[in-house]
Amino acid sequence: MAKASTPRSTRKRAPAKKAASKTAAKPQSVEEEFALHSLQEAFDEDRRFKASDEQMMALYEQMLLIRRFEEKAGQLYGLGLIGGFCHLYIGQEAVAIGLQSALDNDRDSVITGYRDHGHMLAYGIEPKVIMAELTGRAAGISKGKGGSMHMFSTEHKFYGGHGIVGAQVSLGGGLALSHKYSEDGGLCLAYFGDGAANQGQVYETMNMAALWNLPIVFVVENNQYAMGTAVNRSSAETEFYRRGTAFRIPGMEVNGMDVLEVRQAAEVAFKHVRDGNGPVLMECNTYRYRGHSMSDPAKYRTREEVQGVREKSDPIERAKLELMELGVTEEKLKEIDKGIRARVGEAADFAESSPEPEPGELYTEVLVGEY
Amino acid sequence: MAIELKMPALSPTMEEGTLAKWLVKEGDSVSSGDVLAEIETDKATMEFESIDEGTVGKILVSEGTESVKVGTVIALLAGEGEDASSLEASAAPAEGSAPVADEASAEEGGSEEGAAAALEPASTPAARPADPELPDGTSMTKLTVREALRDAMAEEMRSDEKVFVMGEEVAEYQGAYKVTQGLLDEFGAKRVIDTPITEYGFAGIGTGAAMGGLRPVVEFMTFNFAMQAIDHIINSAAKTNYMSGGQMRCPIVFRGPNGAASRVGAQHSQNYGPWYASVPGLIVIAPYDASDCKGLLKAAIRSEDPVVFLENEMVYGRSFEVPDVDDYVLPIGKARTMREGSDVTIVSYSIGVGLALEAADELAGEGIDAEVIDLRTLRPLDREAILASLAKTNRLVIAEEGFPVCSIASEVISVCMEEGFDHLDAPVLRVCNEDVPMPYAANLEKLAVIDTAKIVAAAKKVCYAD
Repeated sequence: MAKASTPRSTRKRAPAKKAASKTAAKPQSVEEEFALHSLQEAFDEDRRFKASDEQMMALYEQMLLIRRFEEKAGQLYGLGLIGGFCHLYIGQEAVAIGLQSALDNDRDSVITGYRDHGHMLAYGIEPKVIMAELTGRAAGISKGKGGSMHMFSTEHKFYGGHGIVGAQVSLGGGLALSHKYSEDGGLCLAYFGDGAANQGQVYETMNMAALWNLPIVFVVENNQYAMGTAVNRSSAETEFYRRGTAFRIPGMEVNGMDVLEVRQAAEVAFKHVRDGNGPVLMECNTYRYRGHSMSDPAKYRTREEVQGVREKSDPIERAKLELMELGVTEEKLKEIDKGIRARVGEAADFAESSPEPEPGELYTEVLVGEY
Repeated sequence: MAIELKMPALSPTMEEGTLAKWLVKEGDSVSSGDVLAEIETDKATMEFESIDEGTVGKILVSEGTESVKVGTVIALLAGEGEDASSLEASAAPAEGSAPVADEASAEEGGSEEGAAAALEPASTPAARPADPELPDGTSMTKLTVREALRDAMAEEMRSDEKVFVMGEEVAEYQGAYKVTQGLLDEFGAKRVIDTPITEYGFAGIGTGAAMGGLRPVVEFMTFNFAMQAIDHIINSAAKTNYMSGGQMRCPIVFRGPNGAASRVGAQHSQNYGPWYASVPGLIVIAPYDASDCKGLLKAAIRSEDPVVFLENEMVYGRSFEVPDVDDYVLPIGKARTMREGSDVTIVSYSIGVGLALEAADELAGEGIDAEVIDLRTLRPLDREAILASLAKTNRLVIAEEGFPVCSIASEVISVCMEEGFDHLDAPVLRVCNEDVPMPYAANLEKLAVIDTAKIVAAAKKVCYAD
């Protein structure tokens, strides 16, 4: 907060570099300098990250782990082992993996809503402790007291896992404030959906984040449906990346079904934020194959629509084809899938067989102090 | 080995369903994501997808079958290299596949009695903290409540870099009620942050900053406006430690004036003490005098838990003695006996304490010796102090500037009934505001709020002296 915390100082945003080189700061040129599109332009020059063979393989394996994990979670839900609400990430894998593979895990923080399994797996958190949380077991990452929607790993600077739509955006603003206040060089990656994008607090936060120049990347995971309501039925402006313009926050529009494109966008956005230029709003266009939660029959869209996306745009299939072009054999890919299935199977067995929390756990961790 | 496809539960409450339609037939090869069947639940028709690759072997439950129990094997899938035609169903399904959770709890919890015993909350720590003893000859300084609150924040900001203040008009304007006066000059704009008028947003940012390791003091211009932000106070700040299995911390203080001010109408005149005090995971403090305001605000800022700190605008300008000691910190969760007495106990908090003390003076003139207890902390409530005083006087009145229904008064009465019944010589009476939105007209407002006369009348009634 040191330099720019006085709310009364207006227009403190450093102009984007390209624009800055053209003109000196004159009041009448502020609008021209205000390059809301500068990041998009930089991104458009080269939209795909140049991954090494090893990086490509790692991105693929991470996405596949999420896919297999979520499929298994859906199955365990079907068997009654997972209760309540369970929101699967199938179809959206490239977003979390593309973005989080670009983080500096020693200093950056992440926060998201309740569709959070994938974001945790992206950190390399053991599938066992995540699955055991879904089944409500003592070995779960929240000791069985949070469930699918409320998981955290402060060790990884992953701050949840929040059940109230949009709340994570303001909380993310606070994490960004703490990065700036502590001068630790970190940024906060705050995910929310196209549904949450219509919550008022999202814009309250964008206003303050821009006003105070906070290091935060707002990511709209636009999966096209706010529960059962299509974006064009809930949003007057469906181009979500434009929604920061009222706060002078540059926007980026990204194909969230291509992990290399998401990764490249992350590189551009993170650099902008780390250079002290304040927040970025990134829209990742993606698609969830399953219902909003496990109990959603998804009758608001056709089976053909879902099949169409699966066949044409699946992020994992796309990565798989790229790997094959790099010379990875089908046998090798099968072997990888088998290994991941085995790992997820072990996680499921663990989640099924490990004990529920002790009854005494009911009263622990309500408060930290004793009074 | 064949993969058993079981009747899935497709909602949190589903126990059985209808296998409406098979979308595959025996011999078909399927891969993960393919829709295998349509299943009707009590609420909707759902699609059942395959998560495995293989060939459909036997279909064991034909389409159109109703009341298929969750967990029943409905088909077999042959994996790679298996002969789909030779598959056999393994064992009797349905019963065995009930959620393991039930079995586990039976094993873990032991007998029902055992489980019940384990459910008792941990007993109160044996050694209860008391207010610090003041050394003989400690000098006192008269301070207003406003100054005491400011001093508490300033002292904590001096000793811990992570403490900062944010809110509307806290910095350049010096505080809407001048509670943060001078802080900007001493600590600068990094640590005394003016926010836009955006309670939900800045309460969330404050809460997130606390999760990120800072110690924010978030001022609400009044707690009426915190209604816009109550989601973060309750859902984000209070519950996250529990939901994270103890990983997450949220050392934040939400503070500001609470309760009726004067002639500002219904939307600006409400006591939210009972609202916040009903939420596990929060600490709620509502002190009365300047020394308690100082000592408890310092404790609140140091607490590792989220604290709602309720002040009162009408009391900001009143002066009280505050001890001149370095680092005056008081225990949270401890009531204070403001006046000793033997005939009747008057329990109160915040602005009500002043009225209770006046009432006690008046009662003394009529030969009734009243004890006055200031709760100071509303959560956790000092039940021991209430019950100890009741055991001494056998009569109790609670005076609360706030609505009567579902109030702190209701809670105190409940404590007396459940744990102090044998000590009661008369029913516990509550003296609260009238059960109406606060009117604007001067005469009506006066009628709506508690006053000394109402407390005196209630005290006399429980003493059967009316």
